[in-house]
Amino acid sequence: MPELLAHQLLFVTGKGGVGKTTVAAAIALLASEHGRRTLICEVEPKGDLARAYECGPTPFGGRRVSDDLVAMSMDTEAALREYLRTVAKVPTIGRIGPVARAFDFVATAAPGIREILTVGKLCFEVRAGHYDLVVVDASSTGNVVGQLAAPTGINELIRVGVVRSQTDWILEILGDPARTGAVLVTTPEEMPVTEAVDLASRLSSETPVHLACVVANRVLPELFSHSEEQIFNELFRPAKLGLVARELGTSREVVEDVLGAARLAVTVRRDGVAHLERLRAGIASEVPLLYLPYLFARSHGLRAVRQVAHALSEELFT
Amino acid sequence: MIQGQRGAAPRSTTRREPGLGRAQGSLDSEQTRHLEQLLSAKEVVVACGPGGVGKTTISAALAATAAARLGGRVLVLTVDPARRLADALGVGGLGNVARRVPLEAFTDAGVRPKGELSAAMLDMGESWDSLVRRHAPDPVTAKQILVNPLYRNITRRFAQGHDYIAMERLYELHEQGEYDLLIVDTPPSLNALDLLDAPGRMAEFFSSRLLRWLIVPYRSRLVNLASRPFYQVADRILGSLFLEDLAGFFILFQTMRDGFVARAEAVSRLLRDVRTTFVVVTTLEAVPAVDAEQLIESLRERHLHLGLLVCNKVLPHSFSDPPIGRTAESLGQRAGELAELLASHLPPDQGTSDRPSGDVVARVLEEVARSFANFRLVATREAELLRSLSAAHEVTATVPYHPGHVTDLRGLLDVGAKIWGDEEAAPPGVRGSRSPRRASGDPSAATPRRRTTVRSTDSPAPSREPAPDAGP
Repeated sequence: MPELLAHQLLFVTGKGGVGKTTVAAAIALLASEHGRRTLICEVEPKGDLARAYECGPTPFGGRRVSDDLVAMSMDTEAALREYLRTVAKVPTIGRIGPVARAFDFVATAAPGIREILTVGKLCFEVRAGHYDLVVVDASSTGNVVGQLAAPTGINELIRVGVVRSQTDWILEILGDPARTGAVLVTTPEEMPVTEAVDLASRLSSETPVHLACVVANRVLPELFSHSEEQIFNELFRPAKLGLVARELGTSREVVEDVLGAARLAVTVRRDGVAHLERLRAGIASEVPLLYLPYLFARSHGLRAVRQVAHALSEELFT
Repeated sequence: MIQGQRGAAPRSTTRREPGLGRAQGSLDSEQTRHLEQLLSAKEVVVACGPGGVGKTTISAALAATAAARLGGRVLVLTVDPARRLADALGVGGLGNVARRVPLEAFTDAGVRPKGELSAAMLDMGESWDSLVRRHAPDPVTAKQILVNPLYRNITRRFAQGHDYIAMERLYELHEQGEYDLLIVDTPPSLNALDLLDAPGRMAEFFSSRLLRWLIVPYRSRLVNLASRPFYQVADRILGSLFLEDLAGFFILFQTMRDGFVARAEAVSRLLRDVRTTFVVVTTLEAVPAVDAEQLIESLRERHLHLGLLVCNKVLPHSFSDPPIGRTAESLGQRAGELAELLASHLPPDQGTSDRPSGDVVARVLEEVARSFANFRLVATREAELLRSLSAAHEVTATVPYHPGHVTDLRGLLDVGAKIWGDEEAAPPGVRGSRSPRRASGDPSAATPRRRTTVRSTDSPAPSREPAPDAGP
């Protein structure tokens, strides 16, 4: 079992739009295929997970995607109810009419409450042992630090009370690198890499969670070797364009457009490589960097998740 | 009234004249006319959309191009997390205080601007603090609030407040009336709706009964029957000490209530005002496109004005052009035979001094064909998404994919030219559309290969006039 999948709790994060949900869904799928009983939880209930697995809604109570895989969406109010019922044993729960409003209010007023309920629920699932691995499609860059730092922050803000007494075991799970890790997803582009480097350092300075690996998603394949690229560049000379155009019965401009696609791919890849070098230099050298290829064929849905899972297993098992 | 002294009048006389920064030989397209009318009639432009689509660049490009072509005083208010925009505009560090982009930045880019461009960055913490200073009843209370750890926690760490503060800052700048056109780049929202509802939620927060429940007992020590269950739960979860801290903070905060509520309502009114328009920015990838569609829908539900949809980083049209696609296919199929013909014409390898073999050349050609096929798939998907998105809205601008990033004002003006609908300048290495008569004998090539799709209410059909030949 690769180290990554041997964790009990993985927070998958990254800038919006880098394919965070797909990567999280692929990690969970892969783990379940290797016999790990896996729960995947979407923290921002936008339905991304339901779209990724094409499995229909994923409620707080969970939806079984396959034998060893259950998907759920976070609902902090439901988490609060569950918590009050099972842990805090508040007897009057049924009689509190406006729990929703009271909760909304407290959550708005008391920073970190929503966050700790989220993290608390996830850690609770780990502790309860119903699953071997809990994969979290976590919030994007800006919010994830707040979420993972909430237990520490609450410890400082709240001096007594039930929440305070719960934070100790939550922190113990979060802080154990053998159990909990963050997976940072990025793409070989400027902003995603800048944010990933920034987030990696904030994770280590502001949260108890260690960085398990960085995933570079949508990496374009190398098109040409050095000598092939020389040949490719030669093809743009008018004589060669003319020759190909004559043979194919078309104009030079059309041939140039066709070659342009490859040149675009070469340029984009070259830019991407520079960003990947910046990424490698910006994160600690012991943190593994995994590469996932750009999927031309399909950019979303279950097929994409399977393809990413396949590419991921090649990175993890070889 | 301050607004009465401003407005579009000085600019309306100039809006149809092509600006000096205009690409040579461009036509005054439907797109240009629409955009210039829009930006002349509006005072506030709110750029919104999913994260990672290039909102900051698009906002800055709109502002720079508006300043160059339309004149007037234009301000772009940005969140610019990478601080790249400040560099691109040549204004050094951006802060809450607006900075004027020096004229030289425009002249260096080969443009004599008709107006002025300024830029400011949204400093969330600083903006909250100035709001507190304004609304607190006295400096002592202001100070008490500003040093309260809960206050710092709420305003610095939690994203929900950022949407409100962006809108609030926009309102403030609009009130000050120094600028003819304000373009605001919004923070990436968890949910697009958050931004639109932020002022309302702020007002609601201060008016809520729950806030009173929390505060009253700590004033009177009397807990009424209605709020008792709430206290039982809250005490149990949070501990009464924390609750007391919280109450203490909100008692302070409450002193600013009237100012805050009135302000939030005014901000809300500004967003609904006829002088305000929204620009939705997206890429043509599946997930951002879904978000953009939802955003367009929610703008409509709220009767907010959607002025423009910008699709950013769109692949060049050549990828979806049938004759070009057929050529790519035959290039792949006949790679071996073409390679034999080409090999003898190619110079020896610079490293090994060997003449390239037919096999290597064939591999290069096959790779070219495969690469084209890959990008064609993506381009087809993009075209489909563009169709469904632009069906939902009257004006859509597309900005082609450009390798690398915008590093200076020239780059921003180039992007602006794409939004304006100028004849495009292809990015290096990618020959974009050209005049149909030069393309090939294929009848489908007669369709103008424009990157801008224009759907205006005035003319439902896309503009058909061919783009002028840009020359070899």
